[in-house]
Amino acid sequence: VIEIAPLSYYLILSVVLFTIGAIGFLVKKNPLIMFMSVEIMLNSANLAFVAFSRYLNNIDGQVIVFFIMTIAAAEVVVGLAIIVAIFRSRATVDVDEVNALRG
Amino acid sequence: LTLGTLFFLVVALVAVVAAVGVTWFRNPVHSALSLVATLFCVAILFLSLGAEFLAAVQVLVYAGAIMVLFLFVITLLNPLRLEAPDRLRNQAIFAGVLALVLMVEMYFVIQSGVLAAVPATAPPLPSGANVETLGLALYSTWLVPFEMTSVLLLVAIVGAVVLGRRQAP
Repeated sequence: VIEIAPLSYYLILSVVLFTIGAIGFLVKKNPLIMFMSVEIMLNSANLAFVAFSRYLNNIDGQVIVFFIMTIAAAEVVVGLAIIVAIFRSRATVDVDEVNALRG
Repeated sequence: LTLGTLFFLVVALVAVVAAVGVTWFRNPVHSALSLVATLFCVAILFLSLGAEFLAAVQVLVYAGAIMVLFLFVITLLNPLRLEAPDRLRNQAIFAGVLALVLMVEMYFVIQSGVLAAVPATAPPLPSGANVETLGLALYSTWLVPFEMTSVLLLVAIVGAVVLGRRQAP
């Protein structure tokens, strides 16, 4: 049996991925890329959950990851539908130009 | 440096490089393919952690279904144009500060010794198959949340159909 990497390694990778996702979400203006950054952040949380599940020998962490994946799928479906609807009415998807609610 | 750690480091490196690529590429299709690489690496790490079912679901649902949806919308909208300059000034600096805060936070969490409660080496995998254990937990302890997700998916389907419909004049 090959010894797997220590838990802290997985957590460090998780926070690095989360940070990359957070930066991507903040600096990009294309909502599609912003959604992809959110997916990276969700995946980093999933990785931490599964790593803890393995080290604490508790299956509940994996069940939660299952739910997170379901919610991510629902979020992507609704989010992309909103983007398509915005594109239809304004012919742009740049988030800085979608400011109809600006006071 | 054990073989398992070396394996982890290689996969982790690919995952991080691909994740950076998602924001680095200018063409959204390249970003999407880069994200697929990240998702695959996370699936491999799931496998190394003994979560076979989640690894399969990760490839099928994430890298398969969700990314196909992304590529559909990208080709539908074709938003291939240069990004306008930031309206909010110093947005990148704010992002950098946030990144620094997150890193420092993680450093303190790992240094603080909270993780000492977790065994240093992973316990042996349970004897039952991963799918069996997961299924038993999902359909007993987590039955109500599981049913709730079906409602959530129904709401998402209805929402997507309503949003995607052409508006009546």
